[in-house]
Parts: sequence; C-alpha cells; structure tokens
Amino acid sequence: MMDTQSRYEVVIGLEVHCQLNTRTKIFCSCSTEFGKEPNENTCPICLGMPGVLPVLNKVALEYAIKASLATHCEVQALNRFARKNYFYPDLPKGYQISQFELPLARHGYIKIRANGEQKTINLTRIHMEEDAGKSIHGENLGHPDKSYVDFNRTGVPLVEIVSEPEMRSSEEARQYLMELKSILEYSEVSDCNMEEGSFRCDANVSLRPFGQKEFGTRTELKNLNSFKFVQKAIDYEVERQAQLLDQGDSVTQETRLYDSNKNITYSMRSKEEAHDYRYFPEPDLVPVVIDSEWIEKVRQSLPELPEQKRERFLKDFGLPEFDAEVLTASRPLANYFEQCTGLFDKPKIISNWVMGELLKELNNENRSIEDSPISPEMLTDMLKLIDKGTINGKIAKSVLEEMYQTGKPAEAIVKEKGLTQITDDSAIEKIIDEVLANNPNQLNDFKNGKEKLFGFFVGQVMKASKGQANPAQVNQMLKEKLNAS
Amino acid sequence: MSDKIKIDHVAQLARLKLTEEEKARFSEQLNQIVDYIDQLNELDTSSTEPTSHVLPLNNVFREDELKRIVPVDSNEELLKLAPEHDKGHYKVPQIIS
Repeated sequence: MMDTQSRYEVVIGLEVHCQLNTRTKIFCSCSTEFGKEPNENTCPICLGMPGVLPVLNKVALEYAIKASLATHCEVQALNRFARKNYFYPDLPKGYQISQFELPLARHGYIKIRANGEQKTINLTRIHMEEDAGKSIHGENLGHPDKSYVDFNRTGVPLVEIVSEPEMRSSEEARQYLMELKSILEYSEVSDCNMEEGSFRCDANVSLRPFGQKEFGTRTELKNLNSFKFVQKAIDYEVERQAQLLDQGDSVTQETRLYDSNKNITYSMRSKEEAHDYRYFPEPDLVPVVIDSEWIEKVRQSLPELPEQKRERFLKDFGLPEFDAEVLTASRPLANYFEQCTGLFDKPKIISNWVMGELLKELNNENRSIEDSPISPEMLTDMLKLIDKGTINGKIAKSVLEEMYQTGKPAEAIVKEKGLTQITDDSAIEKIIDEVLANNPNQLNDFKNGKEKLFGFFVGQVMKASKGQANPAQVNQMLKEKLNAS
Repeated sequence: MSDKIKIDHVAQLARLKLTEEEKARFSEQLNQIVDYIDQLNELDTSSTEPTSHVLPLNNVFREDELKRIVPVDSNEELLKLAPEHDKGHYKVPQIIS
C-alpha cells in the first residue's frame, strides 16, 4: 500500500445519497416508515399510474435547503426538477424525478481532519431526488427465474451530495463521510442510518502519476454500506488500478460493485451502450423559487454545527483537540458532556470519564449515550466523591461499573460496599507494616539496592487495602518507612 | 429531409424490437417530426426566458401530512394491476445482476 501511494496519486470523489427525515414521501402522501409490509407504503402516484400528478413535499424541500446551508452551499434561486429516463424494474414510472441542470445548491465545502491537519473538501452540488424501490432476487421467494419488487422506498426524499474529486486517500474519504454524517445528524435532516440505507455512498476512484494534471480514468464503486467497506473497497481498487497501470494496461471506465465477503470489487456486467438518460424538465412539477428571506429563515433554524461546537469546546472548556473531536462527533454525546459541565466544574476530568469508562461500557453493549443508565447527575456526583477524597480513582472505576449495572447512585454504592477511601495515617501504617512483615525476601532485596521493588510494595499495600487506601499517602508513607528501616 | 434520428439507438432506448420495414418507416416519420420542431430554431430567442412549464406558476407544495389515497386493505387492488404479483410483491422478469 505504501508503495502504491508513493508512485501514484489517489483521486477520490464521493456521491452520498441521504434520506431526508420526513414523515411522507417527496411527491405523494405515503409514509416513509421503514420495515413495513412489502408495498404497504404505496399509492397510484409513487407507483407511476397514468394521469397522476406529483406535488412537492414542503418539508422535504426545507430539509434539503437546511442540508445545503449546513454544508456552506449556495442555495440557488431557481430550481427545477428533471426526468432521468432509464428502465429498471424498481423504477415504476420508467424515469426518476431528479434535478439536472438547475440543482438546489452549489459550491459548498466541509472541513475534515487528515493526518492531524485540517483540509477543506469542496462540494460540487446538492440536488433533490426520489429514491427507487427495492428488488429481491427470486430464489429468496421461491422463483429463481423471477425478481420481486417492493416499492415502499420508491419516492422517499433524498438529497444527493456530490463532492469534488479532492480526497487523496481512503482515510480522507472516511473522515469526509463521518463529518458529513455528523453535520446531517446535527441538522436533524436525516437519521443517517446506514443499515436502513438512509445514508449511502458511491466512490469515484482514479490514479495518476504525481505531478500529472489530468485525471486518470476512474471507476465508480457501489454497494459500500459501511464506513469500513468504503475504506476497504477504495484500498482494493487503488491496488487493482495500480497493477493495471504498472503493466502498461489502461483502466476501463465502469461501475464496480464491492463484495464485502471476498473484499474485492468486480465489474457490473458492462452496459451495451453508455448511459443516455435523456434528461428533460419535469412537466408535472412547477419550478421552485427560493428567495433570500426564505433561505435566512431556514438558516435561523440551524443548530450549532459540529465544527462550531468543536471550536467552542476547545475555547470554553480548554479541552485537547482529540477530546473535542470525540465529544462532538454526535450531538447527544456533546449534550451529555455539556450537561455534566454545568454540574461539575472540571471539564477535562469529565471528558476523561465520559470518553473512557462510560463510552467503554456503552460500546460494549452497543448502546447510545441517550440510553445511558448513568445520567449526567449520577456521573458528576461520583466525580465529586473523587474530588472530595471520599473514593480514589481506581475504586471509582468499579463504582461506575456498578452504577451502570444497577442504576444506583454512587454514594449509595460506596456506603453499601464500604468503599470509602482510607486516609487515616495509622490505618495505612498498619497495612504497610503487615505487608513488609509478610515479604521479608523482597524487603531484603530492596535494601540491597533493588529499588524497582518499590512499585511492588505499593501494589501489595493497595491490594491489602482492597484498593481503598489513598495512593498518594501510601507512596509517601512507604517511602519514609523503607528509607528509615 | 434530415437524418437526425439514429433509429437503432432510439429503439434500444425504448426497448423496442423493430423490423427493417418499421425502422425505415419510423425513421422517416421521426425525422419529419424533428424537422418540424426545428423550425423553432429560426426564431431569435436570445431575449426569451427558457420555459419548463406552460403555466406561470411557482412553488406549489404539499404539507408533510400522511394521507392514504388507497385504503390499506386495497393494496391488493394495486398489485392486481400488474401482470404478475406474488407474496405482496410485484413479480418481474429476473433482473440480471
């Protein structure tokens, strides 16, 4: 991989299809709810019956405007829908209503972090369109020589977000997708659920020798339904293209599918002829005119976006960049953290516990922060116990686990289990004496210069106190004892 | 008469299988149509706004409200309009993958 990337420059552009979070479809009043019986969410309009008329869903349009503004795009005053004509069984009308020469928005950008540096990826355009249906291969329903079509998804509102070919590695592509997903989730225009297909990505990949201005021939990769697969498919494709170029062969411009089981990309059966979609203005829909007043109104409804929040977390809470990045990746997580800071005034300590122990517990069970059994109040109450010296950090970890399992407050757990930190000098001294008496050989070695054994004694004392002794005191007193004896 | 229509290409796009006689006939007719419409090119339209809709209307929207045009229990009626259906799905010739 290193080798390939030092010989060729990798050029990646991404097209993301994102489902807008409306109750109903883009051009009819059918539900968009996922997981219904096949063809339950259909009507004569989305089925493309003769004589029906589509009417644009206003909320879908406003969400699309919101997505455009959140990605710094210029929303275009005049919008028009277009028919994209092609035959496929999941497309009942024989065309998809999309936008072509007058898309909703142009010239946006998002900022990503790559190799520790900020990089701007420009967006070419964002346009609205309707989703197609879902086809199921016949063998799954008893007829291998047939296909079965479910039109529930037909007409679900999408935005297609097209980037410039400005990413230079699969890692940058992954960063771009994570940032874009985070922005769309923050804006609440989409739930971006990749498993349910509400956030889908196609990647255009090509290689060129360093210094060459012209792009190489690209392939389009489809079927990339997780961030991991996007990265793996691109990595595979980069190697494949590099091998072709090394042999003096050329890359064929084509669409390739990613097979996640085999971790390869393979050519879709080559088309008999190039795409000819014969776009033309959709005569069933009137143009959409968006004035600046409307744009401003939608802009007002935008919440603080990840980038702004990250900067505020750096400035207001003095967090390291890594912490700010992790905590702002999702809006609920950022909210959780901010609630904590309102209850306990040590942001970095909160950040350590949220990113460390709490997220570890949640990730183990694949739970989101919204379902956390430990509320911000409970977490900060526990942190206050550490702060006051009631418990030490090590004990706190087991208290947190217990809180997570039982939902009991920290103080009750500490009381119940007698976990209060031992800070009484004489009690600690007693434990130290016992430990020294029980380990005469180690004591002897220590006295003969094996100073590394100091750590051993600290460990033994902490163990003997069941982790409850104040570690700083143990260190101090042990040092005095060993030097004196 | 011009020869703008590539009949094989058009037939392929429309998924039509034409005989040689049909190709010749439709080719001629389609070219006549294109020539007829081509007369518009004789006009100077440099100061005319492109039109995509015949009515002087913009911004016709619906609210995002759930409505069933067809009752749930009539979904079967819609399925029945297709040549073939099975297990709640529209049944179509195999899609080559």
